[in-house]
Amino acid sequence: MSLTSLDISRIANLARLGLAPVESERLLTQLNGFFGVVEAMRTVDTTGIEPMAHPVDANQLGMAALSLRLRDDVVSEPNNREANQRSAPVVENGLFLVPKVIE
Amino acid sequence: MTQALTPPSTHLHDLTVAQLAAQLQARQVSAVEAATHFLTRAKAHESLGSFVDMNEEVTLNQARAADARLANGTAHALTGVPIAHKDIFVTKDFATTAGSRMLKGYRSPFDSTVVNKLGDLGVVTLGKLNCDEFAMGSSNENSATAPLGRSSPTPVQNPWDITRVPGGSSGGSAAAVAARLTPAATGTDTGGSIRQPASFCGITGIKPTYGRASRYGMVAFASSLDQAGPMARTAEDCALLLSAMCGPDLDRDSTSLDIPAEDYSRHLNDSLDGLRIGIPKEFFGDGLAGDVRASVDAALKEYEKLGAKLIPISLPRTELSIPVYYIIAPAEASSNLSRFDGVKFGHRAEKYTDLADMYKQTRSEGFGDEVKRRIMIGAYVLSHGYYDAYYLQAQKIRRMIADDFQNAFKICDVIAGPVAPTVAWKIGDKTDDPVASYLADIFTLPGSLAGLPGMSLPVGLGEANMPVGLQLIGNYLQEAKLLNVAHRFQQATDFHARKPEGF
Repeated sequence: MSLTSLDISRIANLARLGLAPVESERLLTQLNGFFGVVEAMRTVDTTGIEPMAHPVDANQLGMAALSLRLRDDVVSEPNNREANQRSAPVVENGLFLVPKVIE
Repeated sequence: MTQALTPPSTHLHDLTVAQLAAQLQARQVSAVEAATHFLTRAKAHESLGSFVDMNEEVTLNQARAADARLANGTAHALTGVPIAHKDIFVTKDFATTAGSRMLKGYRSPFDSTVVNKLGDLGVVTLGKLNCDEFAMGSSNENSATAPLGRSSPTPVQNPWDITRVPGGSSGGSAAAVAARLTPAATGTDTGGSIRQPASFCGITGIKPTYGRASRYGMVAFASSLDQAGPMARTAEDCALLLSAMCGPDLDRDSTSLDIPAEDYSRHLNDSLDGLRIGIPKEFFGDGLAGDVRASVDAALKEYEKLGAKLIPISLPRTELSIPVYYIIAPAEASSNLSRFDGVKFGHRAEKYTDLADMYKQTRSEGFGDEVKRRIMIGAYVLSHGYYDAYYLQAQKIRRMIADDFQNAFKICDVIAGPVAPTVAWKIGDKTDDPVASYLADIFTLPGSLAGLPGMSLPVGLGEANMPVGLQLIGNYLQEAKLLNVAHRFQQATDFHARKPEGF
């Protein structure tokens, strides 16, 4: 299997990356080199194997304490807007500004 | 204190964390003196490129507070010990760039949990250390952040040979510790980023079990793999620091293990008599350089002298860990890095047409080549029509790799082998061939995928007198055992005490 330049522009669009033509060409070569290494993985028989999303997995650690959890939905942070917006590119009256999306 | 300060018998920078902590507790040296000494030294060796930010006022204020605690009896064993943090941990008082143009000038409104925990004990922060962009890389050549004293990004140098890489991604951490610019540093390890630079720079570093150290405030790369850990010169120091860094952080990190913190120093001196060390045959194949093999073999002989038994084992999917890791980690990275859109923080492009174009221009300007490569791989393997064949298949093999370890641990207590196939390479040698540098991660990736604790300790000098590390991998939550195994080796040998010429 080999990627084409069309695949590169499709993926770049999905990833919201603007690529210069020379970058796209280089990526095409490099990604094809990479997927050559990946081929070995595709032939492995994984019938009946449960995908492992996470090492925090009761089967691996054998402990109930390790299941993924959610905390209670309560306010825990004070209002820290000024500090939180200090590194924002464009802020006005406490709002993040972006280019107009609705005419 | 009225007692006069006695001059230390040796240079402060040659002391280990444990020795320096003892001198601080005995008030033979003050935290301010220690901090000043290391700040001066770090500036004198600025050309190494390891430090990316310092703030003398902040550091000295922390040191004064530490001295007050040492004087009034509220000190912890590590109070006053200086440390520097990998620039992947967010910090209020220092810039945080994660080695990326995307975060140039970024100032976090909060400290990461690991930084907080150390700070609460009175550990003094010297500054921030260079790393590969978003921790993606194994040579530290992917950083877009200019080190202190430079106006543009330059690669971090390995103190053992400044024409060679320090490894990565925690390359600034490893170089700074090896050069004695700080007694210890924090690092993070996703696919080997603590162990491999520790090996390349001849220091000791440990990555705990996944979930043991909080990921809160660590700039995320691959969330099911990222773990923080200490890098220092000895296993004893790593044990002290790891005990301080780990523990549950249940409200802030959903994958933090709900298991109480522990004292990782408690087994340091246990006997190794009868210890079963598993030797995976797949770690000793043709790809392993002769000089590395010789040092590793010699270390294993030393372990036999210490009473350990070497047990041949097999980790049959070792080679598969490369494609599996380089599918899973980029997939998670492409998702994690979608937050860098030029809206809430970080870089925004100056020229764009509309919102979609703003995202694209911002991201193509802000991310470096390696990061773009991984985002592209990740977006591809998660995309419609490819998800099952790549991402899901990788996750299934990930479980098989984890199961292979469990089978191995039925007949051995720890696993040992090389950290990397070669010693540190020359700066620039692998920059044109990303896949070649992925292949060099082969020995650290399997343990990472399984979420197991792993460490590197210096066990010899190979080609061109460059350090060689031995990797130890333990079963889940067996950090204290790993540190014991490393410590006993360091009691019997002096590789950890050797230092690069000129430092």
